[in-house]
Amino acid sequence: MRAGQGAARAPVLQFTNCRILRGGALLREDLWVRGGRILDPEKLFFEERLVADEQRDCGGRILAPGFIDVQINGGFGVDFSQATEDVGSGVALVARRILSHGVTSFCPTLVTSPPEVYHKVLPQIPVTSGGPHGAGVLGLHLEGPFISREKRGAHPEAHLRSFEANAFHDVLATYGPLDNVRIVTLAPELGRSHEVIRELTARGICVSLGHSVADLRAAEAAVQSGATFITHLFNAMLPFHHRDPGIVGLLTSDQLPPGRGIFYGMIADGTHTNPAALRIAHRAHPQGLVLVTDAIPALGLGNGRHTLGQQEVEVDGLTAYVAGERHDLVAHSPSEPGLCSQGTTTLSGSIAPMDVCVRHFLQATGCSVESALEAASLHPAQLLGLEKCKGTLDFGADADFVVLDDSLHVRATYISGELVWQAEEARQ
Amino acid sequence: MRLVILDNYDLASEWAAKYICNRIIQFKPGQDRYFTLGLPTGLPRNHPESYHSYMWNNFFKHIDIDPNNAHILDGNATDLQAECDAFEKKIKEAGGIDLFVGGIGPDGHIAFNEPGSSLVSRTRLKTLAMDTILANAKYFDGDLAKVPTMALTVGVGTVMDAREVMILITGAHKAFALYKAIEEGVNHMWTVSAFQQHPRTIFVCDEDATLELRVKTVKYFKGLMHVHNKLVDPLYSMKEGN
Repeated sequence: MRAGQGAARAPVLQFTNCRILRGGALLREDLWVRGGRILDPEKLFFEERLVADEQRDCGGRILAPGFIDVQINGGFGVDFSQATEDVGSGVALVARRILSHGVTSFCPTLVTSPPEVYHKVLPQIPVTSGGPHGAGVLGLHLEGPFISREKRGAHPEAHLRSFEANAFHDVLATYGPLDNVRIVTLAPELGRSHEVIRELTARGICVSLGHSVADLRAAEAAVQSGATFITHLFNAMLPFHHRDPGIVGLLTSDQLPPGRGIFYGMIADGTHTNPAALRIAHRAHPQGLVLVTDAIPALGLGNGRHTLGQQEVEVDGLTAYVAGERHDLVAHSPSEPGLCSQGTTTLSGSIAPMDVCVRHFLQATGCSVESALEAASLHPAQLLGLEKCKGTLDFGADADFVVLDDSLHVRATYISGELVWQAEEARQ
Repeated sequence: MRLVILDNYDLASEWAAKYICNRIIQFKPGQDRYFTLGLPTGLPRNHPESYHSYMWNNFFKHIDIDPNNAHILDGNATDLQAECDAFEKKIKEAGGIDLFVGGIGPDGHIAFNEPGSSLVSRTRLKTLAMDTILANAKYFDGDLAKVPTMALTVGVGTVMDAREVMILITGAHKAFALYKAIEEGVNHMWTVSAFQQHPRTIFVCDEDATLELRVKTVKYFKGLMHVHNKLVDPLYSMKEGN
């Protein structure tokens, strides 16, 4: 906490003519910022007897907490799972480019990779604060390799692992030091998962269930051991069955530890989840929904063939599939009108930016604007235990926020009260 | 006295707001010429429903007043009497109050000058009457135990010193107090009655608040509305040359 003379002399910024998301509602209030944090104007008025040093008119727009993306594999040609000599530059590039999507904090995600990749890449991606250089890195999300063979999705089979032999020691041997790790996705049906979950949780690492064939009982046991998240609900897990809802059943389970809820990631890109399924999940447990992009390196690039981890993917419009052998295999997904001329039907991550996901989520579920915005900001912050300083516009929180128009397009992005990105203004 | 009767709460509020607006502008305030507006004081600080929060949310945050020019009695001061004396001094130093705007309690009190308060009282600490505590319970989730029982308040004498006094009264539950205040004599059991001896008082009320008055009184003042309305129409603006 930076109190004292330095902070007291920092200029006071007052954002006027706006609606801010606070307490779950859009309020017609001004947003006050000082020293990179949200300021309480009442205290400023009565205790310090100060007024704003600068006022900025927001043109009647919406000010929401900056979006937090806890599952993003890369973008703009950068692949976080590739062990290059200068991983830092790639992360920095993505961090800067996602500012225009309204993302102010993110968890670079690595898919299933061989240990050498983890040992090389992890130390090169430290936790960092955001700023004009780009969104802040909250820590890494390691998705795999301790996942189910059957539900590996686009993850390479050759590099899947289990921790049956040495439990947590296998984890450490695979990843190396866990200092920069924030989230680990694993399949709880793997032997000795409970020891691993407990050990990870004890170190403050969020355990997520995904790429798994666990039934509901196994999933509940995992949550009781400490798991708090579900990786891209519906995808890479058993489908909901009325006699065994599987991992999906966690949304309405009565076996969760008291006082603890379950969060679940959803890719609302219009492809990964049918809108009706999105609505079922949202209605069953709206407070746990976390919007993620699960974006791949092809995010921000055009159609064509790109690398993801140890595999190649094919991009067509807003969809990406695992690239197949070069046969004339004509395959298409039942819900998508587009055809993949030489690929598979296995989805391979998404290329929809976070703000597109927010808009699609809003439109598909018919939920309130406040709900849609919280799903991309407050909920991921709560998942990571950061809700006092991120994902919120409460007094004292970091001043990371986005300026949105009524259709939820990003007009400007702020980190620590500083303008870090702005849309080209055609007029006014 | 002027008695201005509007049809309902919203119209009464609007009329009063326009009147205050015009008064301030006609005063021609400037850098060295402040218009001193007096408002009744209230609850102690450090409470969700504190008067400071109330004043901030309903008034100060909507205007661009210099915080140094907003003086509120501090219920958390160590020496409450000294705080009251200092407040009186600040009023004097500001050149006195130009316009005091207040309401009336169901027991006819002005500010927290409960029945029995001296009509020449000054700013001081007052114990609140049960009626007032009940009336304020709505700000404390209806829990009587949470309502403060003491409050700092300007005195009747303090308000009488203002150059002009405006009292806002709306609702049937205030009707009897209004009757006692303007149709009966000056009496310390109904402290608002003190303003019968003030040279410039204006009461703004809605129809319901007049329910206990004589028909003759109401008709007389309603008949004067065309004169009263000249006080708010035209509505001046700081932006024009006025």
